[in-house]
Amino acid sequence: MIHYDKVSKVYFDKTHALDDVSFTIEPGEFVSIVGHSGAGKSTLLKLLIAEVKPSAGNVFFEGVDVHSLKDRYVPELRRRIGSVFQDFKLLPNKTTYENIAFTMEAAGCSEEDIATDVPHALDLVGLTNKEYHFPFELSGGERQRVAIARALVSQPDLIIADEPTGNLDPLTTHEVIEILKKINEIGTTVILTTHNKGVIDKLGKRVITLEKGRIIRDDKEGRYVI
Amino acid sequence: MIKTKRILRAGMTNFWRNSAVAIASIFVLSTTLFVIGALYLGNAFLNSTLEDIKGRVDISVTFKPEVSEDVVLSFKDNLEALAEVESVTYSSKEEELASFRQRHAEDTLLIQSLDEVGNPFGDRLAILATDPDKYDAVTTFLERHNQEVGAGGAVGVIDQISYKKDIVSKLLAIINTSQTISLALSVILGLMSILVTFNTISLTIYTAREEISVMRLVGADNPYIRGPFVVEGVLAGVIAAFIAMILLYPTVLWVRSTTTGVYGGIDLVSYYLANFPIIFVLLILSGIILGTVSSVLAIGRYLKV
Repeated sequence: MIHYDKVSKVYFDKTHALDDVSFTIEPGEFVSIVGHSGAGKSTLLKLLIAEVKPSAGNVFFEGVDVHSLKDRYVPELRRRIGSVFQDFKLLPNKTTYENIAFTMEAAGCSEEDIATDVPHALDLVGLTNKEYHFPFELSGGERQRVAIARALVSQPDLIIADEPTGNLDPLTTHEVIEILKKINEIGTTVILTTHNKGVIDKLGKRVITLEKGRIIRDDKEGRYVI
Repeated sequence: MIKTKRILRAGMTNFWRNSAVAIASIFVLSTTLFVIGALYLGNAFLNSTLEDIKGRVDISVTFKPEVSEDVVLSFKDNLEALAEVESVTYSSKEEELASFRQRHAEDTLLIQSLDEVGNPFGDRLAILATDPDKYDAVTTFLERHNQEVGAGGAVGVIDQISYKKDIVSKLLAIINTSQTISLALSVILGLMSILVTFNTISLTIYTAREEISVMRLVGADNPYIRGPFVVEGVLAGVIAAFIAMILLYPTVLWVRSTTTGVYGGIDLVSYYLANFPIIFVLLILSGIILGTVSSVLAIGRYLKV
């Protein structure tokens, strides 16, 4: 489903974020990518949604080389991948409901589909009673749940979560990880980056460990070992 | 179709929710549109004043009292045949006398002596040229033609050609200069206000740059991101046009009250009311174009994929 083929990334300031990285992720997997800050975790995910271009190598999503896509096809790719970010990235002037509906609206879905799917997504993340709240009226954990609902409302095959628990307390972290596990159980592939040892050790899923832009471990039922 | 509807709805909702930013844009746009409207009205005012002044500059030809009406009328025909001449008005000796009496009705001594003398006036022609700089040609024609006709044994029938050459040429210079200055001022003021508007709208979009990047990351395409901002720009433009129209009314009232008595050209208030639809359409269109173009240009730099 996802294949990184000898991918390297050097930024303008000569930082080597990734160095000759190759791995494959199969449909339905729950993969955690761990490593210190600056190990290249976020760059891996940004490459997948064509936010940055690789300096060398190719990234394939469902058989298509992501970086060979013309600019006008990039939005469609991003709609097929649900993204969750550490800083939530909600639209501040839109309510919970509108934030979640936004991707569906942008995709041109019908009003009927939006009216059924958005409440469903809200229900899945347990925010049914907060649909008219604006992001500033929500707690950190609630905001992240809105972001997750937004990512999964279009029923993507893949959800990528870049340090989704980075700004959350332990209890909320647990809730968010539970939601991601639930999403994975219904068949969605999940890629999670984190440097939270507790989260990884409890998950018992595949763990890819990065150090200075290189993969140093790839374990089927891994633990946080650095 | 459904996307257009959503863009319109999102634009209006954002406009309402970002009212502080919207008010700032409306304020600046109103000022710009007011300047555009004022320049338009000012131009009409200046042109009508200039036309009025040009209309007052004429050549007055007084004929000798003994010259018959036929001779004067043939002069008039010849003048009217000239390309440089716009119109010629004939005024008989009797009319001249009557108008003199009217002007000096209070001066009994003068009127009394006039009664004793009889009518000392000759017929008069008032010549209006097509353009103030054509007066030299008309005067030359008059002088030459005067040599060809005679009356009562003497050569020449014209008593006096009154044409204030110095004043006319000075006036011409003033007219030309004021037209150049008003054009330059319009261009400078217009450009300045457009730049200020553009910068304000750029700033409002700058404040939304994070939002734009989020929209891109969750898969919205460029037209869908740009649309609501353009709708906001158009809304601000339309509202600003209404405000500018309202502000222009007291302004023309004030201009009329300060220029009454000094100037006898068009009444700016009636001009404003008579041309209301044109000015309104001009301002609405300017508002929409300014709002749209500024938004599209300002958002462009945040829309890279």
